[in-house]
Amino acid sequence: MSFMNSERRKKRLGSVLYHILVLLIGIAMFYPVLWLLSSSFKVEETIFRNSHSLIPWDFTLENYKIGWRGFGGIGFDVFFKNSFIITLISTFGQIFTASATAYGFARIKFKGKAILFALMIATLLLPGQVLMIPQYILFTKLKWIDTFLPLILPRLFAMPFFVFLIYQFIQGIPKELDEAAEIDGCGVYSIFIRIIFPNIKPALITTFIFSFYWTWQDFFGPLLYIQSAGKYPVSLALKLFSDPSSITNWGAMFAMAVLSLLPAFIIFVVFQKHLVEGISTTGMKG
Amino acid sequence: MEMRGRLKKRKKEYNNLAGFAFISPWLLGFLAFTIIPMIVSFYLSFTKYDILTSPQWVGLRNYYMILFKDTTFRHSIKVTFFFAFVSVPIRLIFALFLAVLFNQKRKFVGLYRTIFYIPSIIGGSVAVAVMWRQLFGSSGALNSLLAVLGLNIRMGWVRNPYTAIWTLILLSAWQFGSPMLIFLAGLKQIPVSLYEAAVIDGANWWQKFGRITLPMLSPVIFFNLIMQLISGFMMFTQSYIITEGGPFDRTLVYIMYLFRRAFSFYEMGYACALAWILLVVIAVITLIVFKTAPHWVYYESKGEF
Repeated sequence: MSFMNSERRKKRLGSVLYHILVLLIGIAMFYPVLWLLSSSFKVEETIFRNSHSLIPWDFTLENYKIGWRGFGGIGFDVFFKNSFIITLISTFGQIFTASATAYGFARIKFKGKAILFALMIATLLLPGQVLMIPQYILFTKLKWIDTFLPLILPRLFAMPFFVFLIYQFIQGIPKELDEAAEIDGCGVYSIFIRIIFPNIKPALITTFIFSFYWTWQDFFGPLLYIQSAGKYPVSLALKLFSDPSSITNWGAMFAMAVLSLLPAFIIFVVFQKHLVEGISTTGMKG
Repeated sequence: MEMRGRLKKRKKEYNNLAGFAFISPWLLGFLAFTIIPMIVSFYLSFTKYDILTSPQWVGLRNYYMILFKDTTFRHSIKVTFFFAFVSVPIRLIFALFLAVLFNQKRKFVGLYRTIFYIPSIIGGSVAVAVMWRQLFGSSGALNSLLAVLGLNIRMGWVRNPYTAIWTLILLSAWQFGSPMLIFLAGLKQIPVSLYEAAVIDGANWWQKFGRITLPMLSPVIFFNLIMQLISGFMMFTQSYIITEGGPFDRTLVYIMYLFRRAFSFYEMGYACALAWILLVVIAVITLIVFKTAPHWVYYESKGEF
């Protein structure tokens, strides 16, 4: 009896220690995020006084009000609108084109498929930055500088990463479904729309999440292609807002940084289950 | 019979057409934004080109200058190697540690896994980079925290030539979420029976970890290592925003240098040559890692990779 007791006590102690350990790591891990959040609610003058403190004793929303006004006469509402335009068009386009391509590779037999598929996989590991100069030259010659086109158009074409992700998912759908539909007189197009598309929702959600993150957070593209402040997306606006030469108010800067993270955070909370599964099964990126 | 043959042929033709129709959203983009730019870039790497005037053929001059004369190139290679080969192992060890921690059957582990992934979803953003700069600034949270402990440091970690790169490495290690989740998926694949047999043989935790977990997980470690190394070599945004390549070029990572050559000096030909050299460097490193694989990566079914 007493043996049972000590055993159980040991187990409980282990459990308590485990959760304490996780908590300590968690605090260290999230300190920067909490610091950013609390700083955004601090009165400007107090942010860098005892700056480690996580509690905004003199809580204020002033930073958000000031920050929202933006700079150069352009408010953050414009920057957010720009980001949403770029991100949503790119992302929904990507969902459609990537799934069509994935279906083509996964289910249709055609000439040259093996070679093309191998080519696509080969470019999975090709870092995009290597191509930035010729692309920049191309977009300059097309006079697309300072428009959203260089940011949106390349993302409307199916990207190997997403094609591969959806391709893997389609492989898991029984072929009998296609065959049954074919007997019922469905062609490849209606099989895609009616059978495949509704059955690959989890992969499409994963595509949505990552495409949204990458496009929303993209800094390199806007840095190269966008010049006038009225067309800045949030990422670029935030960088210029924080430049030592222009910054007058760090509180406002932190407030806008918090807001810029909000969309990604909301998507994460809503879809976190899919996200965690998506990464585990495709094992990619980050 | 003949009728069926003809039908089959027609179906084949139809499929050929449909197949290309379906993959065209990738194929067209691939031609326009990958293949043609690659060809153009390769050609430009043998020229002197400032965008405004037409490119001038200079042969191997760019490559010669980069490889034999350009000290900044050598320096940026060193910085990039240091960054990649320090930050990636730290990130992976941390990811593995947490994956093992969260692979136990305990309360809240599902929640922990999710929450600990958060740094990864925001880590690449401008917002976090800007925050990082202030966190490690001279009057930032770190110095303030150290002051509470009695250490009065007035130095900005981001501006100090010796510590600047470490703030970037720390930020990179902070984004351990994806490899952590991939490790978790890998840990789940390890058969429980192996551990049960080990317990019967009297193995302790470390023996189980060293003899079962690590070897069984090695393919996943290998995969993570390659993916993370490549992304490590591509680091740009963080260096651009947090340290601006400085101080004294101490954090001038390769892409940062390439960017400077291309868009500050408008030496497009030179920058294209830099891009190709980087591609070769990455290919060689990937190849080396692949070559070492048979020595430390364990595959259950041999010969299939």
